[in-house]
Amino acid sequence: MVPNDRKYTRDHEWVMVEGNIAKMGITAHAAEALGDIVYVELPVVGDETAIGESYCVVESVKASSAVYSAVTGTVTEVNEELDAAPELLNEDAFANFIAAVEFTEINEDELMDAEAYEQFCAEEE
Amino acid sequence: MDELKKTPLYEAHIALGGKMVDFGGWALPVQYSSIIEEHKAVRTACGLFDVSHMGEVFILGEGAFDFIQNLVTNDITTMTPGRCRYAVMCYPDGGAVDDVLIYKFADDRYMLVVNAANTQKDLDWINMNAPENVTVVNESPLWAQLALQGPKFEEVLNAAGYEGEIPAKNYTFTEHNTVAGVDCLVSRTGYTGEDGVELYCKAEDAMKLHAALLAAGKDIGLLPCALGARDTLRFEASMPLYGHEMSAEINPVECGVDFAIKFKKPAFIGREALMQPKTRQRIGLKVLKGLAREHMPVLMNGEIVGFTTSGGPAPSLGGNYAMAIVPAEVPEDAVWTIDVRGRQIPCERVDLPFYKRA
Repeated sequence: MVPNDRKYTRDHEWVMVEGNIAKMGITAHAAEALGDIVYVELPVVGDETAIGESYCVVESVKASSAVYSAVTGTVTEVNEELDAAPELLNEDAFANFIAAVEFTEINEDELMDAEAYEQFCAEEE
Repeated sequence: MDELKKTPLYEAHIALGGKMVDFGGWALPVQYSSIIEEHKAVRTACGLFDVSHMGEVFILGEGAFDFIQNLVTNDITTMTPGRCRYAVMCYPDGGAVDDVLIYKFADDRYMLVVNAANTQKDLDWINMNAPENVTVVNESPLWAQLALQGPKFEEVLNAAGYEGEIPAKNYTFTEHNTVAGVDCLVSRTGYTGEDGVELYCKAEDAMKLHAALLAAGKDIGLLPCALGARDTLRFEASMPLYGHEMSAEINPVECGVDFAIKFKKPAFIGREALMQPKTRQRIGLKVLKGLAREHMPVLMNGEIVGFTTSGGPAPSLGGNYAMAIVPAEVPEDAVWTIDVRGRQIPCERVDLPFYKRA
């Protein structure tokens, strides 16, 4: 269920690294917990972000949730599709990234692989 | 969750997979499947809500009519037995103690349905003002209340083997109807902006009634619905929620429920204060890009002039909206924004209610 082509944070975000670009999003577990997502406050290309910093806010019907960055760097791309169709995160959170960041630093030690993340979710229940 | 109060339907919520939350001291579900799906079920078919947390306060005795007439903003003179009326209880300064639904059984017997979180405060206020020829009885723990809302509610009632008279007119009720062997008081009322009824039964019968209605509605598109959808539905229909659009600080004139304030009545608590020229009003805003929630600053032409009272999506209309309290006099061509975490979100003023059923 949880793809093993990427890494995960304890705040239920995913990060997929290709060279010096990190694509980031939220996990299906996060989307499920939030419920119907109705707005995504996307970052803007050129925004600076840092490890542990909120770079995006996901709004569900009932709550606003910050999304935290797993890397330090500059936003190079945002998923504009989420502007018109925020529900894509509910439909498939792993297939829909939020932003891509050209990074200078990544918190590898804090990140989990798919197996560890699944276990982490199970323990949180 | 263990210290929270439970409605008689608590076990049903758990069995249906409800996501339970602390709602003003009550353990209630915020959603079962999806807030938006539940919302849409009510607009297009039917939804069943547990609203047993609401308070039922009976006002009995020969002084009941005069007492209530002085206690609330609306006029109960024209109420005959079998009618319901929305009204507001105010403090002398006009601030709202609570908004209530009044049921008339007889000149000496009324029921006030009050907001759950306000039940004790309301009882204190009612008792403090009650004369000797009135008896106030809090029957809240004895009653369960289910709201069956949506265009197909009658179909669901009939499929459940409803015996009795379905109240034909809005804001009327009938007694001693039977559904699945359960005796119910049924009123043509609701808090969703949709047609429907609210059913009152004894707390111990609630599980039976709830299960019978769910089973009967299965092929009619009925969904069990929870607090999340109740809020988006009432929000979209722009119905005030106590503590948001109306409160001790926001009086009913500012809230804009003029239909429930009868200044022709010579006296009621708060009348003089409410007759003063109004300084603030409730308006509707369509949030053009972004999402606003309650208690966010509202700017007109770049200046903070008010605050949001509720905000969120309007699932039947699409897009996000907010209600706000702003000055009573504002120019037609004003430019509106809401400050969302330091960002100015553009808005467009729109008429209330956002949603009106056809």
